[in-house]
Amino acid sequence: MEAELESQAVTRREVLSRAAIGAVVGAAAARASVVAATAPERAHHWGMVIDTRRCIGCEACVIACKIENKTPPGVFYTVVTRETLPGARNDRPVFMTKPCFQCEKPPCVPVCPVNATYKRPSDGIVVVDYDRCIGCRYCMTACPYGARWFDFGEDYPLDEEAGPIISPEYSQYRERVPDASPVGNVRKCTFCLHLQDENGEYDREAGRWPACAKTCPTRAIHFGDLDDPESDVSVLLRERNAIRVKEELGTEPSVYYLL
Amino acid sequence: MTLKRAFWAAGFIGLIPLSIGIYLRVTTGHQLAAYGSVIPWGLWVAQYIYFIGLSAGAFLLSSLVYVFGVKRFEPIGRLAVFSAIVTLLLALFTIWMDIGHLERFWHVFAFANFSSPMAWMIWLYTVYFALLVVEFWLLMRRDLVVAKGAGGLRGFVSRVASLGSRDTSDAGLARDMRRVRILATIGVPLAIMFHGGVGALFGVLAARPYWHSGMYPIIFLVSALASGGALLTVASAIFQEGWRAHREMIVTLGRVVLGLLLLDALFEFSELFIGIYGGDPSFLQSVSIALSGPYGIVFWVLQVGIGLVLPVLLLAGPLRRDPRAVTAACAAVVIGFIGVRLNIVIPGLSVEEIRGLTAAVDDPRVSAVYFPSLFEWVFSIGIGGLGLILFGLGEVFLPLSRHLPSVDAQS
Repeated sequence: MEAELESQAVTRREVLSRAAIGAVVGAAAARASVVAATAPERAHHWGMVIDTRRCIGCEACVIACKIENKTPPGVFYTVVTRETLPGARNDRPVFMTKPCFQCEKPPCVPVCPVNATYKRPSDGIVVVDYDRCIGCRYCMTACPYGARWFDFGEDYPLDEEAGPIISPEYSQYRERVPDASPVGNVRKCTFCLHLQDENGEYDREAGRWPACAKTCPTRAIHFGDLDDPESDVSVLLRERNAIRVKEELGTEPSVYYLL
Repeated sequence: MTLKRAFWAAGFIGLIPLSIGIYLRVTTGHQLAAYGSVIPWGLWVAQYIYFIGLSAGAFLLSSLVYVFGVKRFEPIGRLAVFSAIVTLLLALFTIWMDIGHLERFWHVFAFANFSSPMAWMIWLYTVYFALLVVEFWLLMRRDLVVAKGAGGLRGFVSRVASLGSRDTSDAGLARDMRRVRILATIGVPLAIMFHGGVGALFGVLAARPYWHSGMYPIIFLVSALASGGALLTVASAIFQEGWRAHREMIVTLGRVVLGLLLLDALFEFSELFIGIYGGDPSFLQSVSIALSGPYGIVFWVLQVGIGLVLPVLLLAGPLRRDPRAVTAACAAVVIGFIGVRLNIVIPGLSVEEIRGLTAAVDDPRVSAVYFPSLFEWVFSIGIGGLGLILFGLGEVFLPLSRHLPSVDAQS
């Protein structure tokens, strides 16, 4: 093809079109190199392994999450379902605490019309930019796990003397007031990322650990770095058989269940 | 005369619930709405896709006149473009009220996400809206200039809307029509893309088996054409000279609507049949919610009875050459398609995505059962009233189907 072109006289049109192609390719390459230079490396892959055989369905994780993140009525970053397994020949429920699965391929992210929700490149946690989210709730329809919640602006009965409600989410310490974000936004579990230190590390000993996992009285919720082969979660995944929910959708959840 | 008065009365009475709805929406946000975190979209989203379908359908049918030169439909060409503008306005206003932060609508342009079907839909209908307005102005320009001389409010509106244009020559009209043809030709793929995009918005979601089908964008287009054609028929029977003047055209439009309606029914049947046979539990659950249970009446009475069986009987039966019967059939389609839209949005969302999710917490926002609250109804009815007012204003101030020398000048 090129040889053919060179054998002919080069017209202005060809020069222009080649220049245009060159400019596009150059711009794309430049952008790629900028992205590569500025995007943080994947340092962690935070995930959970939840042992349903240890779970007693006490819902301490639900309460701990509510207290930690100060979520309003109707917003539950984790819930505990109690259903019998399909096809089980008994009526014994399987308790399942269900935070956001922080999917590796989250279907909620590409649908957002304003790029308000994204997967953090550094540690894989899917977050919502409260100041950008317009509250269209498309992500909620796209999530196959019911992990997203709309903040309708409702509040639990308040004790005036307790002072304003301030949520530590995203280390933004927003005071809860009517009409201001996160009211009117979509909210979700963040693996309590506000408890990370400046290097993005959690520390169980210091109490900087996702509230649900920290609270669980039977230690059913294991949390850690799935990329670290020595972490609790990696060891469990090696030694036990784990499942992920709706694997067939290709979302690759970062939360596993032991049955 | 009494019918006209009833029309205006209904419109103005409708403005009362609209004002109440807007006031409550601005002061209390979404607190009074009945949707929640399991069914995050409700009546307003259904209403939005209903009106946007009417708009796309009416516009695509206007292209018969302005792109394909079908002379028979010439008298309703401008009415079609006007209907497309009115219904688009109603749709956009509804969906604007539905988002969580009204003041952030501009984020869609500032923080573009090219992988979001919703973002594409919004950009495309923004262009579509601009195109509609320009096309409609070109279609009206000469008549507005002519009507400048009329006294009173009508003359004033015409003076303002003519934007200083003074040209009443036939050459000017021919130039307008050439430009309209270009705009309308651009508009056809645009309308197909944006309304197909509305279908794609639902269709792409693998999380919702009831929506996740390649048929969705296609069904949206066909149903838009059917409902938009029906709206046009009703509008041309009521407005301007009414059904007496447009007998032949209304009967022809009725045939077009019948064909589109049957095609739409075929696609819907295929969609349901394939899904039910395939047996995906979530799909089956959505279908059973749509066909029986609390929403069954919407499907069987509104969607199938009023929106399909009744109009097909009228349009294919012995009354098919009576413009009044055709108008009644098309009015039934316009009403019945509210059910079609509700049955897309609500059953698709009414399936728990994790079994036991709604039983896990006792909260009205975590429920797989949805019935619109009074607040939602009030606002929706108000939007209907606003629609009547806008159509009425068009009737009063704009000569939508008056036969001017424009036809001769162009040919």
